Amino acid sequence: MDALTTPLLAGTASGALLLIAALGLSLTFGQMGVINMAHGEFLMVGAYTAYATQQVVTNADLSILVALPVAFVVAGLLGLLLEVAVISWMYRRPLDTLLVTVGVSLVLQQLAKDIFGAQGDPVVGPGWLEGTIPVFGYNWPLRQIFTVVLALGALTALAALLKYTSFGRRIRATVQNRDLAETMGVSTRVVDRITFFVGSGLAGLGGVAVSLISGTNPNLGRAYIISAFLVVVAGGLGQLKGTVIAAFTVGVVTAYFADWTSAAMAQVATFALVVLFLQLRPQGLFTVRTRGLT
Amino acid sequence: MLTEKQSTERFRPVLNSRARRATGTATALAAALILSSCGGSTAGEDGASGSGCVDTSGDSIKLGFLQSTSGVMSISEQTVRDSLSLAMEEINADGGIMGKQIEPVVEDGASDPAIFAEKIEKLLTADCVAAVFGGWTSASRKAMLPVVEANNGLLFYPVQYEGLEASENIYYTGATTNQQIIPAMEFLAAEGAKTLFLAGSDYVFPRTANKIIKQYAAELGIEIVGEEYVPLDDDNWTTQVAKIVAAKPDFVFNTINGSSNVGFIKAYYEQGLGPDTSPIISVSIAEEEAPAMGHPVTGQYAAWNYFESVDSAANSDFIAAFKDKYGAGRPTSDPMEAAYTSLYLYKNIVEKAGSFDVDEVNGASDGVSYDAPEGTVVIDGDNHHISKTALIGQINADNQFDVVFSSDGPIEPDPFLEGYDWWDPAAE
Amino acid sequence: MSPKTLSLLRTFAPLLGIAALAVVMLVVAPAVLSPFRLNSLGKYTCWAIAAVGIGLAWGRGGMLVLGQGVFFGLGGYSMAMHLKLEAAGPDGVPDFMLLYGDGTMPAFWEPFRSGPFTIFAILALPAIAATVLGWAIFKRRVKGAYFAILTQAMAVVFATLLVATIQETGGFNGLNQFTQFFGYNLYDPVNKQMVYSITVVLLIVCLLIVWQLYRSRFGELLVATRDAEERVRFLGHDPANIKLVAFVVAAMMASVGGAMFAPIAGIISPSDVDATASIFLIAGVALGGRALFLGPALGALTVGYGRTSLSEAFPNQWTYFLGAMFIVVILLLPRGVGDLPRLVRSALDRRTSA
Repeated sequence: MDALTTPLLAGTASGALLLIAALGLSLTFGQMGVINMAHGEFLMVGAYTAYATQQVVTNADLSILVALPVAFVVAGLLGLLLEVAVISWMYRRPLDTLLVTVGVSLVLQQLAKDIFGAQGDPVVGPGWLEGTIPVFGYNWPLRQIFTVVLALGALTALAALLKYTSFGRRIRATVQNRDLAETMGVSTRVVDRITFFVGSGLAGLGGVAVSLISGTNPNLGRAYIISAFLVVVAGGLGQLKGTVIAAFTVGVVTAYFADWTSAAMAQVATFALVVLFLQLRPQGLFTVRTRGLT
Repeated sequence: MLTEKQSTERFRPVLNSRARRATGTATALAAALILSSCGGSTAGEDGASGSGCVDTSGDSIKLGFLQSTSGVMSISEQTVRDSLSLAMEEINADGGIMGKQIEPVVEDGASDPAIFAEKIEKLLTADCVAAVFGGWTSASRKAMLPVVEANNGLLFYPVQYEGLEASENIYYTGATTNQQIIPAMEFLAAEGAKTLFLAGSDYVFPRTANKIIKQYAAELGIEIVGEEYVPLDDDNWTTQVAKIVAAKPDFVFNTINGSSNVGFIKAYYEQGLGPDTSPIISVSIAEEEAPAMGHPVTGQYAAWNYFESVDSAANSDFIAAFKDKYGAGRPTSDPMEAAYTSLYLYKNIVEKAGSFDVDEVNGASDGVSYDAPEGTVVIDGDNHHISKTALIGQINADNQFDVVFSSDGPIEPDPFLEGYDWWDPAAE
Repeated sequence: MSPKTLSLLRTFAPLLGIAALAVVMLVVAPAVLSPFRLNSLGKYTCWAIAAVGIGLAWGRGGMLVLGQGVFFGLGGYSMAMHLKLEAAGPDGVPDFMLLYGDGTMPAFWEPFRSGPFTIFAILALPAIAATVLGWAIFKRRVKGAYFAILTQAMAVVFATLLVATIQETGGFNGLNQFTQFFGYNLYDPVNKQMVYSITVVLLIVCLLIVWQLYRSRFGELLVATRDAEERVRFLGHDPANIKLVAFVVAAMMASVGGAMFAPIAGIISPSDVDATASIFLIAGVALGGRALFLGPALGALTVGYGRTSLSEAFPNQWTYFLGAMFIVVILLLPRGVGDLPRLVRSALDRRTSA
């Protein structure tokens, strides 16, 4: 029994991490067509924020709770800075934003290396997250459950924001038809900036969760960013549900493959499955219908 | 323009009967040569490289220090660079090597094997250094090996490694497998271990080490109840640790490298494992790494040849000098000590040989010794490794290691495990 | 100058550029550079060969290929396998297989004992891989960022696969310790210079191929597809086929570059072909000017040289330079440094006309 449930539960947890990382990507990609390759580094920033917070708030039980909002704001502000300083200058060149942000991610990685060192700094988990809960014969670690709760919480908040607030309506309008939204008086520039802030901030939250599960090192973002992008591609643009389903599917499928074969072969299999899936649905799971040709 | 016949003569084939020649391709290459032979053929003549360009006439001698100061390995390799610099300052203050001051030429290997190969060629042929001290990963050593052999240079490699190698042009001052892994297995047998789980990063050292461990375990009657690898930069050990929980081994043999250890240690403790249930014995966690695991690792074991806690006069001097230069908070570790030792060993060989010439150095190296912080070490001239005492340390609450097991004096290096009849390199 | 000579000059100016490059790299460089530096230049040349292909796919075709390291690696590993078997001798087994495994050689290694087969594989493997992947992607009209992400994921997966197949491909260490190149001793400086010269000749051949493609109807269709894919479709062409050809040619060029990289660098390992290495290839193309004729090759040579010289001078700051270069070039000079003369000229024109 536990041979079957272990990958399911562990995969759900890594799917939750992917979800937090992919939510921000999906938002900015769907709305602005911007591919932010530095998004993984915002995860890294979130993880280091958790580490830095722990140096100030030394009580491990408390520091992680303090770190969550701090990481959201720090990563969000960094994203905002990136938007204002770089990306807003090149909205007409979405593919080029991809390359510029590659440069940004290289700089951020080296910066983290110079500030914190390459070896990695450990975040001590809070006592209330020590231990496991037995679920179908698998001792599901509380940290993983925490990650799932965090991801679902972030998802709910984001969905509510999009659905019920006037700001959310403006985002949805911009996603569906930027020019029309503009003529209706929506300041798409402001919407873009806030979207970028929220998307990057979510990555910061994800970083805190990562810091609990693994080490904190400058290359941390790299491990997640490619899978997160695959999730966005497979999930389709402009709708949250596609991203959610894709994230958990990729997480769980990868975990099963890792269990049957090896961690490396799992990566290969996941990539092959996404390419095959795109044969069936080139636009991803769900997408916003448009009348445009491209 | 040269004729085709002339050009093929300039393109000297290997004088080796094994060399196979595909006529078609050789003609294609010759044709390409004709295209290019209109000029610029002079560089070939003065290109004869090798240690012949080392300048020993002045009152200083150039040595190359080649470590990664960028990329994933930079923090580890920087510690080696630091201890080499310390040894150099001490030797220079003491009059240098044969009266010549060491003049270091430093290069960055960038954690990339191809860059290591490129930089050591630069050090040997362009900077004309007498010897190079460097490398950490097996990949970097394997990349440098053909270059240092082709140029008849010298490389001092300071890290424990997977053995099964000996080069005329490399001196290995870290442990080979019979000085670290095999004693660790003997320790496990003495502890009464019946079952063992192997967890490692997916690269050369863990794969080779585990091949040796599995064969020796069969000899010792220890059952291997699992063997798991995770890519080098992957932190996610969840599913693998679940297998450890299910297997309930007496010990876990940990050959995980670098930061991936953190994810492993976190997942391990999270699943309720600990030194009282399935203790870990590691070959890559030292004083530097132990406090950076994100969870206290008190009670776990590590196999090395040097610990900061080693009680000797040479070690007290080494620690005092190191902390004096780099700060009281900096720990000393096995690879740092091996690098420090390597420079002193080089000094002793050169002074015995009375020459910096590579062949004369090699001729004199057998039996050269040095009272290192780990104890007295002696070079084996046949395989260029050094004798070392194997130690097993248990991590205490201060992240220092209490020695719980020690070999009976220094172990002679046996990189190819010729003295172990259970070893069959051709078996899986 | 009459308009006719001017247009002739415009048509053949690229050939003059190639000729100048050939003289500098085949005559001047070997005369003034030490063997070590010449060998380094050979490495940059390998990257330049791959860059010429990227210029075709990305600059002219608009396909941002972030995974060219894969094709570079297919060529590099094919060549390295052959060199490894040459070093092992007839019926010999590569040394590392005994080190990590039981010394039995996987069956797919066997044909690489043959030199002609290796050369065939260097061209055929990337062509097959690019065709399969390109077909799957372009026919389903997956493009733009999706395409870029998929190619990058492919590079990540490829490197992971190499690291994991330690008994078959040498894993993280990669393949090295080559002794001969098609029968010629690789440690002989004369032969090393020979390998360098072959590499430069291959670069020139690739440039000539691209020159011919740009002049052809295919070149025009490719640019048209980049700028307005739907219109090309409405005109009765299938953009998928056009893109596929450019993608396959680019893949084959990357493979040729990788094949020469193995004997020149003396090693090929996953870190030479992973996502970071692929980004590094793109960097040169972006710097030189993606759509310019000589831009990608010159950019790659510059970035390669910059990597060596900057990492020698500032070992710790190299990554900053690379990152900053991406940001500055893409933001301010999207058409590359090679576009500067045009920018200056148009700025001057504006001033004189004002």
